Amino acid sequence: MAVPQKPKTRWHIAVFLAPAVLVYTAVMIYPLFNTLRLSLFSEVDQTRIWVGLQNFRTLFGDAIWSEQFWNALANNAWFFVIHMLVQNPIGIALAAILSSPRLRFSAFYRTAIFIPTILSFVIVGFAWKLILSPIWGIAPGMLDAIGLKFLYQPWLGKEEYALTTLSLVSVWQYVGIPMMLIYAALLSIPDEILEAAECDGITGISAFWKIKLPLILPSIGIISVLTFVANFNAFDLIYAAQGALAGPDFATDILGTFMYRTFFGFQLQLGDPHMGSAIASAMFGIILIGVCIYLFGIQRRLRNYQFYGQLNAQSSSDNSQHDRRTCDPGYIYGDRAVSGICHPDQQFQKPSRDLS
Amino acid sequence: MGLPNAETFSLIGYETVLRQGDFFLYFQNSMIVTVVSLTLILLFGAMAAFALAEYRFKGNTLMGLYLALGIMIPIRIGTVAILEMMVATGLVNTLTALILVYTAQGLPLAVFILSEFMKGVSDDLKNAGRIDGLSEYKIFFRLVLPLVRPAMATVAVFNMIPIWNDLWFPLILAPAEEVKTLTLGSQVFIGQFVTDWNAVLSALSMAILPVMVLYVIFSRQLIRGITSGAVK
Repeated sequence: MAVPQKPKTRWHIAVFLAPAVLVYTAVMIYPLFNTLRLSLFSEVDQTRIWVGLQNFRTLFGDAIWSEQFWNALANNAWFFVIHMLVQNPIGIALAAILSSPRLRFSAFYRTAIFIPTILSFVIVGFAWKLILSPIWGIAPGMLDAIGLKFLYQPWLGKEEYALTTLSLVSVWQYVGIPMMLIYAALLSIPDEILEAAECDGITGISAFWKIKLPLILPSIGIISVLTFVANFNAFDLIYAAQGALAGPDFATDILGTFMYRTFFGFQLQLGDPHMGSAIASAMFGIILIGVCIYLFGIQRRLRNYQFYGQLNAQSSSDNSQHDRRTCDPGYIYGDRAVSGICHPDQQFQKPSRDLS
Repeated sequence: MGLPNAETFSLIGYETVLRQGDFFLYFQNSMIVTVVSLTLILLFGAMAAFALAEYRFKGNTLMGLYLALGIMIPIRIGTVAILEMMVATGLVNTLTALILVYTAQGLPLAVFILSEFMKGVSDDLKNAGRIDGLSEYKIFFRLVLPLVRPAMATVAVFNMIPIWNDLWFPLILAPAEEVKTLTLGSQVFIGQFVTDWNAVLSALSMAILPVMVLYVIFSRQLIRGITSGAVK
């Protein structure tokens, strides 16, 4: 880069960086750490005193608090599990169907499935509340029309179903995001790989399982971590549909609503910023653990593997005479599993040896 | 049931909504917050991205990582301290508070995406500008910014919808009547008129309308942004 390397200070760099760094530090990073700090304090007689880890002891140990906390955490975990097991597989399946060249009106379906993601939780939560309402809703009538009336339950009002129902509403709303990301990943798979597989007689469904799915694993990894972070600081949908008390009887209480009630206060409960900070710190820890698992455990493997896959695609298109094995992802994947994480340069050697 | 005909068609719901809730004010607030935040995100984000992509200086990588932290860590975690800060500075119940928060929230991803794009801008072009005597600022504003316009549009679309739809920060930082955003306004309104179905459904339709219009205008950009792998 031909930056004039003068000895004098290059002020323009500071000028370019300053606004973003200042706003980001002052409104995001500083409050984040200040929240972590506040969780170590408590308020007695309107003065702030240092209590160390006492707030956390209360949160995890005191029966009144810990019961709510573990309830919220367990609900949140279930919320996440439903997203992972329902939203993401459906998103992948939809993307696979949409990317099929024989499908007509695919742009229309894509738009229709994606539109709920741009709506606010307030609208979605309330619309579903209306649909599912036993008195006003259209759900009982619709089930009746197909003779399944006996299946109907007031899903949002029963403790055992409410959380699952809301999770599925959230799945309905957000299934467009994994669909789009996977769709993009599927489109970026080089045709050579698919053609080579076709020569080997791998087509249709088996082409999806054996070739496309391994190649979109990095995208699935990203979607998983995005889902994780979004789910563990979710709030809006529960608040819009069930209110801050996350009824019935806290059955839909998740960490976001719990934190809101605690630090902001709700109805008879007074706001306690320090306990709120403690909950926020716990959420921070949970999200940090999730992101670290992804960054250090999953993404590294996937990155290398993706890189390898691309190199193979590259070499297969560069050479008219190529060993079929190099563009069979099954082989690539198998090889990766054996070689573990190795330097990209090392990996580069392999296909070229195979090719010669 | 069925579609309304000449006799049953009525706009009574919309009349109630417009009489009771100050929807134009809410709409205006949402618009101000969204537009100003997006402008600041794009301007500050592009400047920082340019500094990171163009110049080599001590701590460049570190600064990049520092700014990227916010991509994964949600700003909501710091809400308690943000509220405390806004109360201390007297910014609570102002649109400025929301704008600051959304700007900070949008910057990390904006810097990340834009610096990737700026690395692709030809060095020869910038050096030609330098030889012609353009200052670094002019190179940024006159040469580089117009070239990364597609990326800026992508960033804008990615940030627009979450800002418009956010309920958490308006609820906590700006719940006062005169600074309510449309999302919060419709949430409160729906809660109050829960038995007046005409009004509630009209309010829902009115709340959906702006986002739908935005989507129709920007959908191509949004889909292109997602499918070009800007989020990866």
